[in-house]
Amino acid sequence: MTHAEEAQINREMPYAKVAMWWFLASEVMTFGGFLTAYVLFRAAAQGGWGPLAAHLNPLIATINTVVLLTSSLTIVKAHQAMLHDDQQKAKRLLGITALLGIAFLGLKAVEYSIELSHGYTPVTHIFWSFYYVLTGLHALHMVAGIVVNLVLRAHAAKGKLTLARAEAAGLYWHFVDIVWVFLFPLLYLSY
Amino acid sequence: MEHAIHPEPTTFIRKHVFSVDHKVIGRQYLILGMTWALLGGLMAYAIRHQLAWPMQKVTGASLFINGAAGPGIIMPEAYNALLTMHGTIMVFFVAMPILIGALGNFLVPLMIGARDMAFPRLNMTSFWLLCAASLVLLSSMFLPGGAAGAGWTSYPPLSARTEYSTVQLGQAFWILALALEFVSFLMGGVNLLTTAITMRAPGMTMMRLPLMVWMQMCAAVLFMLSVGPTIAGAILLLLDSVAGTSFFVPNADGTGGDPLLWQHLFWFFGHPEVYVILLPGVGALCEVLPTFSRKPIFSYKTILWATIVAGALSFVVWAHHMFVSGMNPLMVMPFSVTTILISVPFTLIIFALIGTMLGGSIQLTTPMLFAVGTIACFIVGGITGIFLGSAAVDMYMHDTYFVVAHFHYTLFPTVILGGLTAFYFWFPMMFGKVLNKPLGHVHFWLTVISFNVLFMALFRVGLGGHVRRVYMSNYDYVKPLQGLNIVATWATIAMLLGQIPSLINIAWTLLKGKQAPDNPWNSNSLEWQTSSPPPHENFKEIPTVRRGPYEYSVPGAEEDWIAQDAEPTSAVSG
Repeated sequence: MTHAEEAQINREMPYAKVAMWWFLASEVMTFGGFLTAYVLFRAAAQGGWGPLAAHLNPLIATINTVVLLTSSLTIVKAHQAMLHDDQQKAKRLLGITALLGIAFLGLKAVEYSIELSHGYTPVTHIFWSFYYVLTGLHALHMVAGIVVNLVLRAHAAKGKLTLARAEAAGLYWHFVDIVWVFLFPLLYLSY
Repeated sequence: MEHAIHPEPTTFIRKHVFSVDHKVIGRQYLILGMTWALLGGLMAYAIRHQLAWPMQKVTGASLFINGAAGPGIIMPEAYNALLTMHGTIMVFFVAMPILIGALGNFLVPLMIGARDMAFPRLNMTSFWLLCAASLVLLSSMFLPGGAAGAGWTSYPPLSARTEYSTVQLGQAFWILALALEFVSFLMGGVNLLTTAITMRAPGMTMMRLPLMVWMQMCAAVLFMLSVGPTIAGAILLLLDSVAGTSFFVPNADGTGGDPLLWQHLFWFFGHPEVYVILLPGVGALCEVLPTFSRKPIFSYKTILWATIVAGALSFVVWAHHMFVSGMNPLMVMPFSVTTILISVPFTLIIFALIGTMLGGSIQLTTPMLFAVGTIACFIVGGITGIFLGSAAVDMYMHDTYFVVAHFHYTLFPTVILGGLTAFYFWFPMMFGKVLNKPLGHVHFWLTVISFNVLFMALFRVGLGGHVRRVYMSNYDYVKPLQGLNIVATWATIAMLLGQIPSLINIAWTLLKGKQAPDNPWNSNSLEWQTSSPPPHENFKEIPTVRRGPYEYSVPGAEEDWIAQDAEPTSAVSG
């Protein structure tokens, strides 16, 4: 038993969840800073960035959106399995979630290489700088989430996954998902 | 109950170096912060030396400063680096490690009656990340091209392009050091909040928490919710200075960004950050003043709510740092209003602190003396803040030594004097000895007198139009102020020498001092109700809390203090 668990014997609030929410609150502010800067600059450019955004690839991004939203479903299912302490099912679903995350990154890499091959590098224009920073930072968060999911999958394989950890990982993964839900329309769908 | 997930370590390394015990980590933060404070203070001496006696050899600095003009003579680039490092060190590597890292770590688990932080290993990781950040910052001073030189605020385009500042990798190192520091304190903040919210002892309701815990929590929330945009800005600045992007540099062909963006992203954090390092000092006053006035705190709830209101307001005042930056003038009025509004909750806090002393049986111990000194000096900082919050006045005073004196009058009392209040007060609990009182008083008077002489002189120098961050002080229009500049420099030297009594005091007490009683000040809160220093895992049994922390001089009680976990007696129903 950890100190935190000892202190919590008669309490309702699980400490892993409290910690994760505070962490996500600070993450919201980080992405909020990026997105506000991007939106304000784009508004100040008065439509000047629209023709640049037209060079993005909405088809791949749409497929990626579907992939990512599906992975949110599978991680909820993993959490649901843990509510019944079904370690085997949780293991399978965490694996699928990680695979979907890797698929997203693969598609993103294809997209990057297409854009780079057309000469749109991070220093071409500030729009492209923002595009690479925003999607790159999101991709880094995906990598972290995939690692967490794989570690928890290994826990589940040994039958040692805890509900609190499954829930904390789920919260984080949803957050990364939601960031993409903001990035997708702001980058790809607005001309 | 079996709870030994962290059995008491036996080896030296696990016990004193890579320890997961919050008390050891707290002391580690303290030592790290005090080491940096010494370095930052010596840098202030070098800066002041240049301002008083331009281009003359800095006494005692020949080993460290060796520019083109010879050993000990500060060149313009070195001067820029010195003032940048002084600010960065004092805010991020002195104030935060000592007030949040050391005090938060040491006190919060003890005050809420917990055995450790919620995540002990994360706690250790936070500290060692801060050490990594310290190493990066320290090594940046030895790079070719020198350390970062764009000020602790690192405004672009100066900070974004090597050809403007002549600093090469120093700027990237500065950003990296800050990034590591932010990550360290983000993890620390998550840890502290989770601990205070979920691990309180039975009976420790939120309204029975000592105000120090509330102040630490408010500071953690402010830090975590404000630092995000600056992290974003730091990433963009790093890319600008290393990868050649143009987020903050307006290119001639219209493909670039705007330097003002950095100022918005930085000050959105920069202003709440002031309160992050200010609130723990106020928290120390909230514990020290009732203890040595033998009186309950003057309105617990007023202090608490005023702090929360001030914290919330601090998110909407940031552009008062930018009145002359060229931002839209329409934004000046709202930010001026919110800035002046923030003085209302702070006035409430100060009056409540003074009210705590009113009619009390005051014991003028060293921590009490420092606490009163903190209030007296801080009021000057607060009042000059109202001058600067008014845009019309700020237009004239912006970037003069008046601003420098103002923020030193807000941060020096709360960080250094407030920090010393806490240091003298909790030293018996941290190390089991009480510091010598006469030496403590000498330390206090030397520090406070030299501080006031120094910055009162700088207020006048600033009003005379002396602009800060300028290398030479021999322009015609500031020549009449040279005498005051020399006074300020002598005061700096006096302040640095004034720290010697405290170093002697610490060394002598640790080596020869008598063992202190467990509760030397007869204080109520839980951290004093265990042995001093507390044992591994803090309490033999988790205490049960029966009352608030400020029940001093309760009529009818046997003693003038009642511990938070004491059994109710017939005279006092808990």
